[in-house]
Amino acid sequence: MADEVTLLDFWASPFGIRVRIALAEKGVKYEYSEQNLKNKSALLLQMNPVYKKIPTLIHNGRSVCESLIIVQYVDDAWKANAPFLPSDPHQRAQTRFWADFIDKKVFEITKKIWTAKGEELEGAKKDFIECLKLLEGELGEKPYFGGENLGYVDVAFVPFYCWFYAYETCGKFSIEAECPKIIAWAKRCMKKESVSRSLEDPKKVYEFVLELRKRLGVD
Amino acid sequence: MAEVKLLGAWGSPFSRRVEMALKLKGVEYEYIEEDLGNKSPLLLKYNPIHKKVPVLLHNGKPIAESLVILEYIDETWKTNPILPEDPYDKAMARFWAKFLDDTCMPAIWQIMWSKENQREKAMEEAIQHLKTLENELKDKRFFGGETIGLVDIVANFIGFWLGAFQEASGMELVNKERFPVLCRWIDEYVNCSVVKQNLPPRDKLIAFLQSRFSASSWKY
Repeated sequence: MADEVTLLDFWASPFGIRVRIALAEKGVKYEYSEQNLKNKSALLLQMNPVYKKIPTLIHNGRSVCESLIIVQYVDDAWKANAPFLPSDPHQRAQTRFWADFIDKKVFEITKKIWTAKGEELEGAKKDFIECLKLLEGELGEKPYFGGENLGYVDVAFVPFYCWFYAYETCGKFSIEAECPKIIAWAKRCMKKESVSRSLEDPKKVYEFVLELRKRLGVD
Repeated sequence: MAEVKLLGAWGSPFSRRVEMALKLKGVEYEYIEEDLGNKSPLLLKYNPIHKKVPVLLHNGKPIAESLVILEYIDETWKTNPILPEDPYDKAMARFWAKFLDDTCMPAIWQIMWSKENQREKAMEEAIQHLKTLENELKDKRFFGGETIGLVDIVANFIGFWLGAFQEASGMELVNKERFPVLCRWIDEYVNCSVVKQNLPPRDKLIAFLQSRFSASSWKY
């Protein structure tokens, strides 16, 4: 029986992009369903009743929610190729730790970069660069966080790369100047089709951020 | 030299979760109590990023963040698995564990520390989340089925700490009328031997919480 896979998503969401990359890496055929977040569909509310958020993956009628949980599920359900997590338990734990770090610390800081002003903005930029430097330390000399191939942390973090232009323009700073290794890593990831086809155009993302700022009354 | 060491804090539900999992799997470990008001060089060395407990050390290699540690323990010591094998069931367990930590716990904290005029709203939110949790439990003995699993271990703060908070503060969030199913689970849970062994002394915890509440002149 063929697998039926649907992804409820929103084009600009880095969390949704994580799942798109994961599915592409595994060669899974799926239906992409763009969601209107201002007017949530009955399907989204049914499939993610707890959070009502995207991304939500529907596999043979059953839904999986929360992007990193979905990525791990995709890794477990389609085991045949491209494992995202290493086989050694300690390395797996480190991998999970860094993905958790990205969600707990990095994401919150990036929101401040495109919404805050003055001192709060400067603080957010500083924190963001500090986080990137920690990630650079973890990457070391490896081509990817996953080693020779894309892994869980790469999938968790690279979607934010298409938001970098928005952060830099709103925050008036250069990420490459401070963290060249991260930019080099991101460009390396972009050479992979699963990544380049999943990330959105940074200029489009920036236009969207400007719209959000207007809506939030930031400008 | 012990192969497995745990840096923890007696009153921390996160730290006790890890102990529960280790005991469940019969893993011998050396416990090191951390004074969170005066963090040891060991803690700062092994968890430089978050500087928190628990930290598990296995053969000298550190692992931080309780959910990460729990999965590591499950993958390393195979007795009494706490996560299901099936990818979908595993994803569901992870989802509910995350729901507990990211959504339930902060909502409960909010009640404790919010100003009087915002407390009712905070209560309503916490009640809504606990009802969602109760709905997931339904008529299962434990979240993990017949035996305790990851979600039950992570729900230790609802199973035990919440009761202590309620007694220390006079606030009543969970009671049999409002949450009959959750209360049934709590009774079953705290009587479970591996859970019972891994709870802090109730009176000590209540006294500690009372002193914190009075220090911040929190009044319910």
